Amino acid sequence: MKIAITATGNSLNSKVDSRFGRCSYFAVYDMDENQTKFIKNPNKEAAEGAGPAAVQLIAKQGVTQIISGEFGGKAKSILEDLNIQMIMLNGPEKSIQEVLDLMAINK
Amino acid sequence: MKIAVASGKGGTGKTLVSTNLFNVIQKSGFAVDLIDCDAEEPNALQFIHADLISQKSVTQNIPVIDKEACTFCGKCEAYCHYNAIVVLPKLRHIQVVEDLCHDCGACEYACPAGAISWKSKTTGTIRTYAVNNGSSLIEGRIEIGVYSSVPLIKEVMKSSHHRQLAIVDAPPGTSCPFIATVSAADFMVLVTEPTPFGLNDLKLSVEILQQLDKSFGIIVNRAGLGDHRVYDFIAKNKLLLLDEIPFDPRIAKSYSEGKLITDNMPNYHKHFLQLFSRIKKHLQYDRNSYT
Amino acid sequence: MIEIAILSGKGGTGKSSLSAALATLAAKIVAADCDVDAANLHLVLNPKDYREEVYVSGQKAVIDPDRCTNCGICLSYCRFEAISNKGGIHRIIETACDGCQLCDRVCPENAIHMVSHDKSRWFVGDIANGKMIHARLAPGEDNSGKLVNIVRDQARETAFEIQSDIILIDGPPGIGCPVISSLTGVDKVLLVAEPSLSGVHDLKRIVELTQHFRVQTYVVINKYDLNDALSDAIVNWCRSVQIPVIGQLPFDRAVVDAMVNCESVTNWAPDSTISNAIKRIWNKLLQHEQAKSF
Repeated sequence: MKIAITATGNSLNSKVDSRFGRCSYFAVYDMDENQTKFIKNPNKEAAEGAGPAAVQLIAKQGVTQIISGEFGGKAKSILEDLNIQMIMLNGPEKSIQEVLDLMAINK
Repeated sequence: MKIAVASGKGGTGKTLVSTNLFNVIQKSGFAVDLIDCDAEEPNALQFIHADLISQKSVTQNIPVIDKEACTFCGKCEAYCHYNAIVVLPKLRHIQVVEDLCHDCGACEYACPAGAISWKSKTTGTIRTYAVNNGSSLIEGRIEIGVYSSVPLIKEVMKSSHHRQLAIVDAPPGTSCPFIATVSAADFMVLVTEPTPFGLNDLKLSVEILQQLDKSFGIIVNRAGLGDHRVYDFIAKNKLLLLDEIPFDPRIAKSYSEGKLITDNMPNYHKHFLQLFSRIKKHLQYDRNSYT
Repeated sequence: MIEIAILSGKGGTGKSSLSAALATLAAKIVAADCDVDAANLHLVLNPKDYREEVYVSGQKAVIDPDRCTNCGICLSYCRFEAISNKGGIHRIIETACDGCQLCDRVCPENAIHMVSHDKSRWFVGDIANGKMIHARLAPGEDNSGKLVNIVRDQARETAFEIQSDIILIDGPPGIGCPVISSLTGVDKVLLVAEPSLSGVHDLKRIVELTQHFRVQTYVVINKYDLNDALSDAIVNWCRSVQIPVIGQLPFDRAVVDAMVNCESVTNWAPDSTISNAIKRIWNKLLQHEQAKSF
């Protein structure tokens, strides 16, 4: 199972990016391999449709859960269609590592 | 002949000028149209008493993908500049995000399987209201969430082509909706105010009108307030100053109540008739200068 | 850090003048002019720009006349009426081109290519009490929502750099895409309303938007003495939808005088009635913040 987290940079110390479609990086965590890889978001500067393009990108990675601060309307409906679970993160800024730790506890 | 009234920023008196100009022409017995192209926020109807006589929808094409024929090759997605198509070959999933589609036709050209056909989607409504003496108000109103009002504006401007004369309330700003309006107009009236904000916006509008080679005149609204720099700019660049509308609290009050100053204050009725004859005179001169 | 956006729905309500006045009241601030279509705030805050960046808004097609055989295939495909044929010569009408690239793809002579539209700019500058980010969208260009996002990103980065607690956003008029970009994720929105029929109508439309995005919303009625009855109606309506009206400002020539002198009214006439009223509005905006954090 793979989980994506929107990130402001490409390391585990990077913060969670509160925007979904226009985030800087996607941290894709592979539970089975216990590995995280970072994918640069090519659609950050897209004029339009950054949300749907981001959905396509992460869905191609086989992600089934996505963690971010906020999801736009268009992205939301496609994520629902694809049965990808959205998790919204509120409150103080967390690093990618902190989010992964939290998930390990909650598992 | 289409005369479009515009102002770089909102709130300088564009609607005040267009509705009152229309009102005095119409009341003097000429058949004239008022076209409201401020499609995001049309409000000319607040000032003009008129009865709805017809309405029609404006539509755009949206691709429909035949999932039986589709090979999920992804070429349509690669050709789409607007991120309006999502393709996931492994999941055999393809979908069109309708709000992002610009109706360019690239996906159909891209598709090697002939899997794309078209349906239409309503993007706005054009309503025509009867006023008096064969005059009418034509209003374009865009649906919320549509990417651009340009296709709607093009249609609205065409809706009045059989008329002798039309006054157009142009959309604010200097971006695409404004340009779509300007391109279909014969003469532009720019409304500004004598303040640094007004001058800054006027400069932007003048720049683009000169680029488009469109003839125009300027009205300074709220004259008496502010300073002289707008006039200096007009003089220095040899632009046409059509009119000044004085700063008068009664105008703002009348506008706030949705009333026309040319109806309830006789001196302004005369003022706008004079403005109209100045525009006419200028247009005749302009036309002669071409021949 | 808190982000406050000043919006109005309708243009010309005095939004930028009020934004400028509030911006000069803060001890330290980052001011972001998100009205990129008709930016005005810089005329009053006078930033000393030390950084200028190119903003690419999109692409447009160009026909190479040496390669073009005027076959007309591009014209038959273009759905934007963006290709003209004058006397057999085909040209792109730049202002009508949507940048879809279909003409480039269909051209059998490879005579069409796409060029970036790079006439727009954004700037960072020093102001008396902090920094200012502003932008200029070239005439005839779209995608101002994307430019608004860039200005806001830069404002956050700059606020972090100079450790400013406040970002003040002067937003665009209307209710379209750039307005949504200006208000998503902000802490507070201050709406500048005007007592006219169209002003009331536009206020209601923008409140729908701020409520949709669940942003804490406050209202100031500007030029309330223009139409007392409508001002009262606005107050009552705001009460019914539980939006606090935190100030009512009269029409005051001092505001225009200040603007003509390229100053904010709170700097130009600091002890005037209107400046004191604006100070109270500013304190109320910040007070609510403290109340929230306890």
